Amino acid sequence: MIPGAFTYHRPSSVKDAVALLATFGDDGRALAGGHSLIPMMKLRLATPANLVDLGGIAHLKSIRQDGGDIVIGPMVTQHELIGSELLTQKIPLIRETALQIADPQVRYLGTLGGNIANGDPGNDMPAVMLCLNASYHLAGKSGERLIAAREFYQGAYFTALEPGEIVTAIRIPVPPAGHGHAYQKLKRKIGDYATAAAAVVLTLKGSEVTSVSIGLTNVAETPLFAEEAGRILTGAMLDPATVKRAVAAAEKITAPASDRRGTPQYRTKMAGVMLARALARAAERARSA
Amino acid sequence: MNDMTPPSAERAEKLEGMGCRRKRVEDIRFVQGRGNYVDDIKMPGMLYGDFTRSPHAHARIKNIDTSKAAAVPGVVAVLTAETLKTVNLAWMPTLAGDVQMVLADGKVLFQNQEVAFVIANDRYVAADAADLVEVEYEPLPCNVDPFKAMNHDAPVIREDLKGKPDGAHGKRKHHNHIFNWQAGEKAPTDAAFDNAEVTIKELISYPRCHPCPLETCQCVASFDKIKGELTLYGTFQAPHVIRTVGSLISKIPEHKIHVIAPDIGGGFGNKVGAYSGYICAIVASIVTGKPVKWVEDRIENLSTTAFARDFHMLTEIAATKDGRVTGLRCYTIADHGAFDACANATKWPAGLFSIITGSYDFPAAHVSVDGVYTNKAPGGVAYRCSFRVTEAAYCIERAMDIMAQKLKMDPAEFRMKNLIRREQFPYKSVMGWEYDSGDYHVALQKAMDAVGYTKLREEQKARQAAFKRGETRDLMGIGVSFFTEIVGAGPSRACDILGIAMFDSAEIRIHPTGSGICRLGTKSQGQGHETTYAQIIATELGLPADNITVEEGDTDTAPYGLGTYGSRSTPVSGAATAMACRKIKAKAQMIAAYMLEVHDDDLEWDVDRFRVRGAPERFKTMTELAWAAYHEVPPGMEPGLEAINYYDPPNFTFPFGAYICVMDVDADTGEAKVRRFYALDDCGTRINPMIIEGQIHGGLTEAFGIAMGQEIHYDSDGNVTTASLMDYFLPTAVETPHWETDWTTTPSPHHPIGAKGVGESPNVGGVPCFSNAVNDAFAFLGSTHIQMPHDHWRTWEAAEKLGLHA
Amino acid sequence: MAKTQVSLTVNGATVDALVEPRTLLIHFLREQLSLTGPHVGCETSHCGACTVDLDGKSVKSCTVFAVQANGADIRTIEGMANADGTLHALQEGFREMHGLQCGFCTPGMITRAYRLLQENPNPSEEEIRFGIAGNLCRCTGYQNIVKAIQYAAAKLSGVAFKEAAE
Repeated sequence: MIPGAFTYHRPSSVKDAVALLATFGDDGRALAGGHSLIPMMKLRLATPANLVDLGGIAHLKSIRQDGGDIVIGPMVTQHELIGSELLTQKIPLIRETALQIADPQVRYLGTLGGNIANGDPGNDMPAVMLCLNASYHLAGKSGERLIAAREFYQGAYFTALEPGEIVTAIRIPVPPAGHGHAYQKLKRKIGDYATAAAAVVLTLKGSEVTSVSIGLTNVAETPLFAEEAGRILTGAMLDPATVKRAVAAAEKITAPASDRRGTPQYRTKMAGVMLARALARAAERARSA
Repeated sequence: MNDMTPPSAERAEKLEGMGCRRKRVEDIRFVQGRGNYVDDIKMPGMLYGDFTRSPHAHARIKNIDTSKAAAVPGVVAVLTAETLKTVNLAWMPTLAGDVQMVLADGKVLFQNQEVAFVIANDRYVAADAADLVEVEYEPLPCNVDPFKAMNHDAPVIREDLKGKPDGAHGKRKHHNHIFNWQAGEKAPTDAAFDNAEVTIKELISYPRCHPCPLETCQCVASFDKIKGELTLYGTFQAPHVIRTVGSLISKIPEHKIHVIAPDIGGGFGNKVGAYSGYICAIVASIVTGKPVKWVEDRIENLSTTAFARDFHMLTEIAATKDGRVTGLRCYTIADHGAFDACANATKWPAGLFSIITGSYDFPAAHVSVDGVYTNKAPGGVAYRCSFRVTEAAYCIERAMDIMAQKLKMDPAEFRMKNLIRREQFPYKSVMGWEYDSGDYHVALQKAMDAVGYTKLREEQKARQAAFKRGETRDLMGIGVSFFTEIVGAGPSRACDILGIAMFDSAEIRIHPTGSGICRLGTKSQGQGHETTYAQIIATELGLPADNITVEEGDTDTAPYGLGTYGSRSTPVSGAATAMACRKIKAKAQMIAAYMLEVHDDDLEWDVDRFRVRGAPERFKTMTELAWAAYHEVPPGMEPGLEAINYYDPPNFTFPFGAYICVMDVDADTGEAKVRRFYALDDCGTRINPMIIEGQIHGGLTEAFGIAMGQEIHYDSDGNVTTASLMDYFLPTAVETPHWETDWTTTPSPHHPIGAKGVGESPNVGGVPCFSNAVNDAFAFLGSTHIQMPHDHWRTWEAAEKLGLHA
Repeated sequence: MAKTQVSLTVNGATVDALVEPRTLLIHFLREQLSLTGPHVGCETSHCGACTVDLDGKSVKSCTVFAVQANGADIRTIEGMANADGTLHALQEGFREMHGLQCGFCTPGMITRAYRLLQENPNPSEEEIRFGIAGNLCRCTGYQNIVKAIQYAAAKLSGVAFKEAAE
């Protein structure tokens, strides 16, 4: 219940934050919304000697359109994502997903940056970012760089972040107008991590899938981009046989943990069921768009 | 008739007596955040205690080094078993006739068992120091499987019991065996099975779960060296028992121990027994001379305090082929964990499990229960169980469904055929219980009519056909449960806790101006006693409920009682309240007769006054009589107006109910959604219908959690994998279904106000109802029994086994 | 560990205090400010018994360090009553509708319901249940809590309240 002791820092710029984190190395952690890190600290699974609170850096909180992309600051909360008119209009998948994350209190403080950068296989936004082909702007002691979300996740709690690097922006290409979307999450109860979840964005021309992109949550050590399943569906119809083949391809790349949510076999199957249902809902939305 | 006297109905309504939806007195402070819970208590100089706990389920302790912990600035002391041995408190007696380590003595027997207790001036420092106690363990093979506990090669858990073949309940047949307990008649039961036309046999397991009240267990112990007196605040459902036990084990005289249970944030049986934290806090206070507070966190609560259930019941029913039950047989393995700390009455190591014939007229029955030790936390009786009645009810209600399925009879129809009939009450079961009252057939019919049962079965048939045709993947289940439970422990001839008979008490004092105070030996943890006992008094004495203060929990002022659990408050202290009122009323009647210059018998009672028969304009209200009791009593009579009653109930009470649940199950994910839940309860006289409804809502929600996903689960290495709220399924407002409540009323003939108690009924009747609904969804495909909890993955696996995903 | 100065507003009053960086906001409120209304029910940020209203947000105060609340405007259950001392419509509603039993979840629940009604003054039953999903209750089964919030919503909007059937 009680965290270990630490020194608290609250820089007012990214430059200062990066400098501090560079100084502390392994002895420092960035604090975003705190709703992944602080619970871990209370269980003493994380005992950073220094916390660098990013909450004082104003420009990490914006949501703006930049050409064909929408750029979201990492300190934007789930609550703010849900309330954003721009996102609801342009990338409704994000709002739909955010509403399925945790509970109202956690959404008031939990951030997009925290959700995508933690490397926790249970977080929902990473699969969504893979689905949307987002990229992350990073800043660290070696400077700034841009990395595709699809190259960011390497293992459980293991990402491409170098020591001392933080995410400074999340850049998402706006999906085509009239696209269909769905985030289908099977969970034991509200607030739980996914037993399995699927994020789908697709476009239809008549009954033909002209493009489709699939992300899977919590059925492997990292979020999964179901490339082969997407390939099977692209240029095809969403008939039961094709969907079945796509589902099989998706199931094939899963390697779920065994926990109280179910056996690995069950969770793999559920990834498939969530994918099928997400495809159906996304298609319905695309048709009525 | 005095023209100014309002009619009786109007006067009765103003009193807010029994039967009305009186708003709760307690709420006024709770909605303003002014409750007084244990962790709200601050005493000057107060220190904080925290435990170092074992990561191993079974290990020898080679060494404990407390030096680093003791060196942390702010740490005042560190206790280990060695320290406690100097005051003979390294072990303590349990409520079940066993002994339990307070701090690990030579070995640890379950994961998270207490090893050291750190005391510091700040709870943050105590947490830091608890992490710095260094313990060298030598892991031992462990066993968490109750079915393997009595294998010849099972690990020895209780080395302290070596060479002790006699347990508290008779001979032990194995080093991991605790007791064997039996009820009923074996020979006639075996004969019934030998001659049976139809039988069923199924292993029905009730998994280990935990009551998980929102407030964890905690205490503040303050030993005054100068007076030699101990004051102990704590989360105690039975404060007097804690005082007596505390005195016996600490040797502090009982009159020098002040136990106070303030507001308690939920109990549900989790806060009945004594925990290491209480003992360590007391010793720490004695050693340091300062008050010591101990507050456990949630993981500690779920993994080390009184769990519930873990009963594995191999159950058989014998019946005629036209559906009359002829026999019931059940062999149970009960997993008690590493110590037998089961909070049962002394003579009942398996509690009131023999209520297992339930609502049905079984001519023969026999049960045998073997309790065993495993490397798990101790406990067993908790969580609205009425002393193992939840286990018995789950067992019989599941088994009746299994038999109905075999007989190809509708489960409700099968029950109707076997329910005890109205004319049979008071009903003597073959297990020896005398059920006080009931009209079961009316209740079940009312429930079936309320939900449109016949139509539901038709809808189900259509859905089954549609499923088979591939038109839908949603199955529909209808769960029926008709439970009878046994509460109100209990008659002294049958029930005692460590030798103290299970009576309970009420002491009522009426003040000169007509208000009063009532103190009782029970202790509410949310049941609304401050509101409801006053309603009994209002009806009995004709004084407004708002004028009666109700107090519980301070052992210096409250008359001795055995506390609140097992739904015993209304049956026992509620009776004591009525009886004490009647003593007061009798004295008031004599005063009235004296003042009105008539004979006692010339008076009749009218809501709030005694009036002269035939001359109703001549009366004395209870308020006037209260004043008179202090002002001028009849010659020879003592002044004052008070009474105390210690009530030894002549029998238990037997609330019952009919519950029906409609569920839709997604065959492809295993998700089950409750479409409708109807609960009819008969708790005899209904004191406050609003509070009864609240109890039913809460109990059904707990039952829903248990049936649909709760489990205290251990892996094969003895690691408890569900010890936090991440994994222990507590439903939120989103998952929790809507509850429909209804009732019938068959008062208990032996209870002064006919009331039976109701708090645990929804858990008793609810769990089998949910489980029967899930099972019923799959029954048409040949499934006979799917084990609880019905979480998504298990339900999916049941569907997978039936070939539904091909 | 060196302490830090924090300055914030709690229930309308300015507070200046020294805290360790690791002091959780819930402990700061309960122990340094003696506001024992919000409670601790778990250590994994699930139960919501510690919920306070912080800068217009419902926040689990067990998952925030007091130092992060520097400069914040916080309201706890102790600050819920109306300015004239009468109970807030929610406090009244919880009593009228029997929306509490042991009272332990109640401060957090009412504080969350307050913000819920600010977000959505006329929520449906489904929206209420979704809106209080971060607050666990073991006693009531939530049914009467929903009614209590509906009562308050009606009262605050000045409309008549119709209690749903049992």
